[in-house]
Amino acid sequence: MVKVEFLGPIGKDPVELNINTLEELADYMLKSDELKEWAENSAVAVNNTIVQDHNFQLKSGDVVTILPPVCGG
Amino acid sequence: MELFQGPLDVKAISNRWYDEVRELNYGAFITFVGIIRAENSIEALSFDIYEPILRKWFDSWQQEAKSRGALVKMAHAIGNVPIAQSSYIAAVASPKRKVALALIEEFVEDFKANAPIWKYDVVNGERIYAKDRSTPMEGAGILKKDSDD
Repeated sequence: MVKVEFLGPIGKDPVELNINTLEELADYMLKSDELKEWAENSAVAVNNTIVQDHNFQLKSGDVVTILPPVCGG
Repeated sequence: MELFQGPLDVKAISNRWYDEVRELNYGAFITFVGIIRAENSIEALSFDIYEPILRKWFDSWQQEAKSRGALVKMAHAIGNVPIAQSSYIAAVASPKRKVALALIEEFVEDFKANAPIWKYDVVNGERIYAKDRSTPMEGAGILKKDSDD
């Protein structure tokens, strides 16, 4: 299982998903009315490192973080 | 890097940093201070921070600064910051002015684009995500289905 956390304005509690790829994560988010807009514009971190590779493989115990558009300062 | 609940005590923080850097024999010290302005009938701005990735982001800038013989510092507020108070201080110290002048701009601009911080307008006590002023982080869109890869 992979834990997925939604940060900042997404305002959704974490979920545990049985997924192995970013594509499966995208499918999960795109079929949710609440999450689909965030799939388009968010960055993704796995265990607190931003992922740049579409083919990144998830493994059980990973913590995935969804980071929506930012504005510090 | 320092995080505080609520508005920053800018005078105390910048004086402390000034004392630190002058004792380290740096010849140039630049601070950038963000002040909350009255606009769009807001009472305050409010901030959420994701500290683990912010800390990594800051550490990589500290490495970059070090490679140029410089030092970076940053303080940011968590939660509400009323109008005319401050939410953000960035600072650079270097032996001479040129490195510090260049680095402060790069450091502040990359902060705006990539630091994992979310901003909200506070209007009538309600927090409203500042969507129009926010920027997708580097790496955003990786979950888009229509990308060609």
